[in-house]
Amino acid sequence: MLLTLLAAAGLALLRVRNLFAVVMLAGIYSLLSAGLFTVMDAVDVAFTEAAVGAGISTVLFLGALALCGHQENKPGHTPLLPLFVVLVTGGLLVWGTMDMPGFGDPANPVHHHVADHYIDESYHEIEIPNVVTSVLASYRGYDTMGETTVVFAAAVGVMILLAGRLGRRPRPEGKGDGG
Amino acid sequence: MSLDLLVSHYNYWVVIFLMMVGFYILISRGNLIKKVVGLNVFQTSVFMLYISMGKVNGGTPPILIYGETDVLYSNPLPHVLILTAIVVGIATTSVGLALAVRIKEAYGTIEEDEINAIEARTEATG
Repeated sequence: MLLTLLAAAGLALLRVRNLFAVVMLAGIYSLLSAGLFTVMDAVDVAFTEAAVGAGISTVLFLGALALCGHQENKPGHTPLLPLFVVLVTGGLLVWGTMDMPGFGDPANPVHHHVADHYIDESYHEIEIPNVVTSVLASYRGYDTMGETTVVFAAAVGVMILLAGRLGRRPRPEGKGDGG
Repeated sequence: MSLDLLVSHYNYWVVIFLMMVGFYILISRGNLIKKVVGLNVFQTSVFMLYISMGKVNGGTPPILIYGETDVLYSNPLPHVLILTAIVVGIATTSVGLALAVRIKEAYGTIEEDEINAIEARTEATG
């Protein structure tokens, strides 16, 4: 199953210390997750993840590596404390999922609060067959505008941070409005 | 009973495992770019958690089929939330990488312990 492959990619990310390999593995990880989103019926999310996660962010990482060098040092301290923190947090999260309803059950409460309304009525109200698009662009239009503001602010931040060198070598940034 | 639980919660548990891998990279590795990669892994696993919740067994993607009334669609709302989150995620990633590039210019390294050593030295002398 795809999830198991994803777990393997995650572990490889942890072990490898050449950062170029890490970035490539992160791209593979993104692409695998896009496949997983397709399997779970989230086609819009899948193509956004494939374009943004596997495409643009890989380009950004490679750009940063070109400027920063690509070999990671061996971690100096013992990993016991982080490992402990991670295990405790993971244990708590797994404990938390015990109360969650099973995967894919149509009777889950999450599917019966407002989702029915969007599925039943959005075509009469908006006349767009893709429910995700009509919610994103119409019902939650203000939120999407706020999101583009965030992307704009990030682009401005990157430009300010790199202002000194930007004249010589422009970087691609803030192009991620695939949604 | 426990096999049922394993089957119905397998998605959530693998997602939590990935989340913890990302978290571990974030807090145990000193290299700033590796930290940003860890943050991305964490973030993608949160996306998968949300999309898992939106899946309905036997459902189709939430694109309405004209003229059909008896179709089971997956829940579109998590998809909308995650689309927004992906875009905001790439924005934070790009700012984080830009910060790493600036730190490299100012300190000549992006390893956390070396930066701390340089900081300690300048505080001691200055």
